Amino acid sequence: MLDDSGENESADADLVAALQRRDESVFTTVVRRYHGPLLRLALAHHPSRAVAEEIVQEAWLAVVQGIDRFERRSSFKTWLFRILVNRARTRAEREGRTVPFSSLVSEVESEDGPAVPADRFVPTDHPEWAQWAGHWMVAPKSWGESPERALIARETRALIEAAIAALPAGQRQVITLRDVEGWPSEEVCNVLQISETNQRVLLHRARSRVRAALERYFDAESR
Amino acid sequence: MTAMPADELTCKELVELVTAYVENALPPNDRRRFEEHLATCEFCTEYVRQIRLTIGALGNLPDESISLEALAELQNAFRSFRSQG
Repeated sequence: MLDDSGENESADADLVAALQRRDESVFTTVVRRYHGPLLRLALAHHPSRAVAEEIVQEAWLAVVQGIDRFERRSSFKTWLFRILVNRARTRAEREGRTVPFSSLVSEVESEDGPAVPADRFVPTDHPEWAQWAGHWMVAPKSWGESPERALIARETRALIEAAIAALPAGQRQVITLRDVEGWPSEEVCNVLQISETNQRVLLHRARSRVRAALERYFDAESR
Repeated sequence: MTAMPADELTCKELVELVTAYVENALPPNDRRRFEEHLATCEFCTEYVRQIRLTIGALGNLPDESISLEALAELQNAFRSFRSQG
């Protein structure tokens, strides 16, 4: 009954109906399920954990107050996460931290540098290797036969969290929903209200930066 | 050394297409050029592997869970809203 991925419309209708008749056990299940992803998304908007937790609580209270008026023009999940995003954006605006609405688009349009620094590739004017221009000069070193174990170590997870925290806000929001939470791109575009292309640009930059952070870690380990 | 075929991707170009590639969003012709490059370039093959490992690692971060205190506060709000009708 709690399949509220949005793919199953009748399950979504059941869920909303249960909340509207104030079924507390359904409410508790929904809170437990979505609190983590909501908190991550709030943290992607606001670096302070205390403030992020406040934003999530506010979003839940808005759900409690608004559920009777919910018209199911989107899935429950999309509605819930949009409430969170709107709260987080309003708060950021109030604190003067972002330009309203256009901020993700302006982030896409701003220069961000290449996925890999240009000096790791052979330059076009190289005295000997010019015919190999654009090919690796400082190639990525292997992360080993089975780096999966190292990648789930506590130390590496902390490093990944830090790399995400260091990203610009839009990249942080997109990579959090796409890769940390595993959402399909369409849902992410819906909730953040950005185009597929802009979403991919932000995701590309974010993944490139997190990979670079892991590369620095593996390089230091192998030294 | 032989010169590169005219439409071969460079490594520098490939790293900028990697997200579109793993998202299956490359047009067929670009996908072909991408895969032809990978077939002969161990460094780019390693790069794509690292991107996939990065995505996997991101998906394995521990879940955040709600504190009992915050949950109780929400349950109270849910209940009191009910009692208001």
